[in-house]
Amino acid sequence: MATLPAGVSAADFNAAITKFKAAVGEKHVFTSDEDVALYRDAYSPMWGTPQELLASAAVAPDTVEQVQAIVRAANEHKIPLYPISTGKNVGYGGSAPNLHGSVVLDLKRMNRILEVDDRRGFALVEPGVAYFDLYRHIQEKKLKVWIDCPDPGWGSLIGNSLDHGVGYTFGAFRDHFGSHCGMEVVLPNGEIMRTGMGALPGAKSWQDYKYGFGPYVDGLFGQGNFGIVTKMGFWLMPEPEAYQSGYVSVPKRHDIIALVDHVNYLEHIGLIGQPNYSSPLGRAQRNEPDLRALVGKAGGPSDEELDRFGAAKGIPSWEVELQFYGPAKTVAANWEYARERIGASIPGSTFRDGHSYRFPMTDEQKAAVEHKVAVGIPAMSIFSIGARSELNPSPTDGHLWFAPIIPKTGEAILESQRAFAKVYQEFGLNVGGIFQTPATWIYRAFVMIVGMPVSRSNKEINAKSMAAFKRVVEVAAEHGWAEYRSPPAFADLVADSYSYNDHALRRFNEQLKDAVDPNGIIAAGRGGIWPRHLRGGRKA
Amino acid sequence: MKMRVLALFALMGIATTGFAAAPGKAQQIAEGEKLYKYWCSGCHGPGIGQNGAPYLPGETALRAKYKGAVPGLLHERTDLTPEFVKLFVRQGITIMPFFRKTEIDDQQLDAIAAYLTRNSKTK
Repeated sequence: MATLPAGVSAADFNAAITKFKAAVGEKHVFTSDEDVALYRDAYSPMWGTPQELLASAAVAPDTVEQVQAIVRAANEHKIPLYPISTGKNVGYGGSAPNLHGSVVLDLKRMNRILEVDDRRGFALVEPGVAYFDLYRHIQEKKLKVWIDCPDPGWGSLIGNSLDHGVGYTFGAFRDHFGSHCGMEVVLPNGEIMRTGMGALPGAKSWQDYKYGFGPYVDGLFGQGNFGIVTKMGFWLMPEPEAYQSGYVSVPKRHDIIALVDHVNYLEHIGLIGQPNYSSPLGRAQRNEPDLRALVGKAGGPSDEELDRFGAAKGIPSWEVELQFYGPAKTVAANWEYARERIGASIPGSTFRDGHSYRFPMTDEQKAAVEHKVAVGIPAMSIFSIGARSELNPSPTDGHLWFAPIIPKTGEAILESQRAFAKVYQEFGLNVGGIFQTPATWIYRAFVMIVGMPVSRSNKEINAKSMAAFKRVVEVAAEHGWAEYRSPPAFADLVADSYSYNDHALRRFNEQLKDAVDPNGIIAAGRGGIWPRHLRGGRKA
Repeated sequence: MKMRVLALFALMGIATTGFAAAPGKAQQIAEGEKLYKYWCSGCHGPGIGQNGAPYLPGETALRAKYKGAVPGLLHERTDLTPEFVKLFVRQGITIMPFFRKTEIDDQQLDAIAAYLTRNSKTK
């Protein structure tokens, strides 16, 4: 028996299901318990509890006309829909809705690659197209462009960008929403809208110029619930001639401040792609019991104590991998420049060459690349983190991503490490800590991301992660930091922290929601935006 | 004749270990291999893992779980049953989520199961 959406009668639900079947064919409407269970969030911290957010049914259209028919039927019967693209946003909700009982609108079957232009450097795709699909298409056609991939390559370009997903090459491409150009959207009333130049009938530059004329509205459809995106353009990077990486190490804790400033300069002036920070001293804990004891002492170690330990053992506090893309000559010159610049500024800094590649690569060369996404090759190897292994013999059943934005400075890294570590320690979570380095996907900010464990069998683990998540959101807000992305269970909490001027931003979004989607049928709760009739149930 | 069939399978890129199967079954196994490569080999195929780890995550996990009692690569196993394969695809395991029917429908899942059990001693 289906989990009916709140306030929807069985008669209305059944009438809508009949219309969905007429629109897409019986085979593509899923109502059995067995089929609908496949839309559960595999990483839900509320798994198996009355609070778990479940779908009531799912419907999988193949065309934009079918999407329109579904939206019209949903409006007629006030059925909440929750659109997903490939449904692989695990750690941020997967394929489950924000509103319990929603019908999932599964767009996986809409998987056409409509155009790839390697002269102007763009692709136009449907929501069901995964990074793997576009990559294979580009390889088969021998096109001279790269895609910027997120970690798992099975995700949708459209879905990832609409959740403000990120990647691994140059800053302009790593921001997957920022590097899109032009959308087609089915609005809550069933009309089709095209944005930017796409609003011009017969437009020749839909994927070349984002803004068209007048207000730029595309942002409403990222982490929002104002329509269903059925096509989207993305800018692609030209295939470079060469790639070179180089590692820079600096000895002291506070050297991270100057190091980040230099790396920011190199990145913002266009010399490097994504920098990867890490802590050799942090890694050394595994083999250094004295260091573990120092880190674990009451109140934690001071920076000076850590510096003394590192100096005595010859272990640097920080390391960053710089990644250079471009002509072989300039790549080598840029790495030389980086060494000179940082070496002249930070005493004790050391340098070593990393990987070097030339493009195009053979299949054998591609297989040997250790960090494939850095050279635009989609992969699944990120699941090594968290999968069962010799070092992790009892893996969890997933994780909740806590992903707070902090400023792109060394000071913010040091401050946030200690502020967050205190919370994680309080809740007994083995994440974060004083050696944590930021994720650097976002061009102009850092993300101090951690994955809090979830379990399908141990509700205590989930309860602890949820309590820690709630607390760390509060601590972040106290410091002026907040998440850029959130699992559905915490969307209201996160949205609530964006409260400037008595939640002026949320109130504005709600006004728009009421005007554009008066029946509240599209992705209720997404981005913390609820339709009028559901605002009383907000979880924060 | 047998050699000709084998040569044909090799030309088609079909695993010849399944050659004894009936033509319909061979076709299903070939389809299953294609689907397995598309959906599963990103984690369960051969290759190096994150930052040069010796194996991809699926192989790493199964090596750690079975400690050499069975191969870490699923397509090299001879002990799988179709029911076992389907269970994990539809229910997931640890950090591997389950797959919806818009990704892998029941017929396709039958084909993947046929491919992974093509050499199984118990079917």
